[in-house]
Amino acid sequence: MSESVGVKTLLIDGQEVSARAGQTILEVAKENDIYIPTLCHLDGLTDVGACRLCVVEIKGNNKLFPACVTSVFEGMEVTTDTERLKKHRRTILELLFAERNHVCSVCVANGHCDLQAMAQEQGLTHVRLPYRNPELTVDASHERFTVDHNRCILCTRCVRVCAEIEGAHVWDVMGRGINSIVITDLHEDWGKSSCTRCGKCVQVCPTGALFDKSKIGSDHPKYPDFLPYLNQMREAQ
Amino acid sequence: MTLEELDQIAESVRAENAKFDHEINVCMGTGCLSQHSDKLRDALTTAVSASGKRAFVRRTGCMGLCAAGPLVLVDPEETLYQHVKADNAEAVVNSLGGQPVASLQCDLREHFDQQVHVVLENSGHIDPEKIDDYIARDGYRALLTAITDMTPNGVVHQITASGLRGRGGGGYPTGLKWGTVAKATGDLKYVICNGDEGDPGAFMDRSVLESDPQRVIEGMAIAAYAVGASKGYIYVRAEYPLAVARLTAALRDARRRGLLGNNIGNTAFNFDVEIRLGAGAFVCGEETALIASIEGKRGTPRPRPPYPAVSGLWGRPTLINNVETFANIAPIIRNGGKWFASMGSARSKGTKVFALTGKITNTGLVEVPMGIKLREIIEVIGGGVPDGHTFKAVQTGGPSGGCLPAEMLDIGVSYDALVAVGSIMGSGGMIVMDDTSCMVNVARFFIEFCMTESCGKCIPCRAGTAQMHTLLTRICDGSGTMADLELLVDLCATVKETSLCGLGQTAPNPVLSTLRYFKNEYIEHIVHKRCPAGVCNIAGATAAIEAPEEVLA
Repeated sequence: MSESVGVKTLLIDGQEVSARAGQTILEVAKENDIYIPTLCHLDGLTDVGACRLCVVEIKGNNKLFPACVTSVFEGMEVTTDTERLKKHRRTILELLFAERNHVCSVCVANGHCDLQAMAQEQGLTHVRLPYRNPELTVDASHERFTVDHNRCILCTRCVRVCAEIEGAHVWDVMGRGINSIVITDLHEDWGKSSCTRCGKCVQVCPTGALFDKSKIGSDHPKYPDFLPYLNQMREAQ
Repeated sequence: MTLEELDQIAESVRAENAKFDHEINVCMGTGCLSQHSDKLRDALTTAVSASGKRAFVRRTGCMGLCAAGPLVLVDPEETLYQHVKADNAEAVVNSLGGQPVASLQCDLREHFDQQVHVVLENSGHIDPEKIDDYIARDGYRALLTAITDMTPNGVVHQITASGLRGRGGGGYPTGLKWGTVAKATGDLKYVICNGDEGDPGAFMDRSVLESDPQRVIEGMAIAAYAVGASKGYIYVRAEYPLAVARLTAALRDARRRGLLGNNIGNTAFNFDVEIRLGAGAFVCGEETALIASIEGKRGTPRPRPPYPAVSGLWGRPTLINNVETFANIAPIIRNGGKWFASMGSARSKGTKVFALTGKITNTGLVEVPMGIKLREIIEVIGGGVPDGHTFKAVQTGGPSGGCLPAEMLDIGVSYDALVAVGSIMGSGGMIVMDDTSCMVNVARFFIEFCMTESCGKCIPCRAGTAQMHTLLTRICDGSGTMADLELLVDLCATVKETSLCGLGQTAPNPVLSTLRYFKNEYIEHIVHKRCPAGVCNIAGATAAIEAPEEVLA
């Protein structure tokens, strides 16, 4: 393959794959059915590289690279599932579970939760870290939806979908470090905010942090797959 | 403005100064101002006019020896007075032309003799709010020479030849960075000066901006010419009001003199600079977070690449350097890259400014050639540890750096040597600790700093530093176990290797370096429930617990 057509060939986990110049490792891996774990990434939204679960190793460099924002280059050799990576991924998940109050048994997203699924998949059987048990609020002021900050992992999918797709930019992050929380408008009640009630944020939320009030028990599957389709239709116009 | 006009200004300043027999320089940096050096200056001015002597009182920037402030330097005798109060003004003025006032005299030859002043060459000698003072000391010659006699490529070449590396901490070769931005395509490029100095115990950038603001502006203008930029920003903390005021005045004066603005030096080169105030977030010293902050967004870092050199401020190619890096540019252009490369060690050239603080006799600002031994900085220039205590450790590089013990004092200070022993050069904070410091507590302090300063974007840094802080607190208060220590080491690895930006990637360094050199203190806290330095309050400590052999080994 020549450079002029912008095609790159690379190895992911020993498998030879080809990619367009500018594609990310994650995109290429997905196209070739190579699985890389992700949480903050969602097809159809810009990537922020925040959850660090998708870190991979690149031969010749001792650093780890987030697959969602690292572009491919010719001759790149990527490894996605070494022991080192698995260990880091489990620790990151432990950090998430210990950070807030994730109690699956009473969560509306039980069985439909990306965080829960990821923990099962990565073989996380227990959390060694001390639980922080922070006192966080639940905002049920919206007529249709509720935000439970106890279950939020600050992936900022809601922030991005609201700003990039809906164009309302109701959600944003407030505070710093461990005290960060997502807020609506300038930290007003969700029900009093400029929310357009489109519900996209609820559908993209990976956990039970944002949920529909009409759902009870653990009957709350989410459908974020509309995003790539929506983007495609908009671009076609 | 041309070189001839610069000479005329310099000549008139010299002629003005020649009217006086003596120059009384009063340090009015933040340190001395806090000791009321402004009142001292007024008292000196009054005393001079009362005495009828031909003397001139000048406000200057930092003279370096902050511990002995307020400082007064009398020229041409070069008599340095320390701890001068307004009451002493008459005595100082009366002594002019005769014997100096012995009781006030500061005689610290060893403190000054070892230093080499490049960045600080004007500090303490010029009035930071008078551009003509700066011009009289060869100011702006480098800029006018560069834009009239050199090609942009030639300027980059000189910087590359000098071997200058970024003074903000990373140590990236400055010439290489300039070359990358110069080659980047774009109709509009930016130059940013990073003055968001946030390390605990560091005040190098503040002192440079307060003492010699024109120097930084000149460096930025040369950089702008070299990379093809027309607009610059100085990002400086709002907590530095004096630096902001002096920078504002300096920018105004430079515009009036035609050294900023359009057609500088009657050439086609246009450049102007704006100040942006930081709200005090440590993470905004990280270049991508700083750029987001200038754009008016939340100051959080983004993944690199793309590097700012390719896509920075508003997506344009952006050159971003530290205050001290820019302050090194003018002398390199004036004297050539080879001159600069003749100072320092093999891979770290030139000089470095350090803010010497903590348990040290001569607290203050020092500038030393690269490669100098840590021992010389601490024992000779710093005057050693005061009050009969013994030296225990020195922290370089702030919260991203490491604590080095006495055995490491004989290494030469350079980017690579410090990394090899588990610390970093950092921006130049140097905190000395004596036997009254508990190293576990020190590690906890720095982790607490990183925890509160984490932006919260990526999980390892946000939750990891908080968990590390919890574990270190347990160890400090005597409830820690060996399992906690193992967990702490595990967390260090994950936070270091998977964090998004430099803040998280380096946050575990104080823990790792204290574990490397002072592991016995951790074991004492955990196993014997005692704090060797007597700092931690281990109340109601439970009986010693058994520790596995392999951990103690």
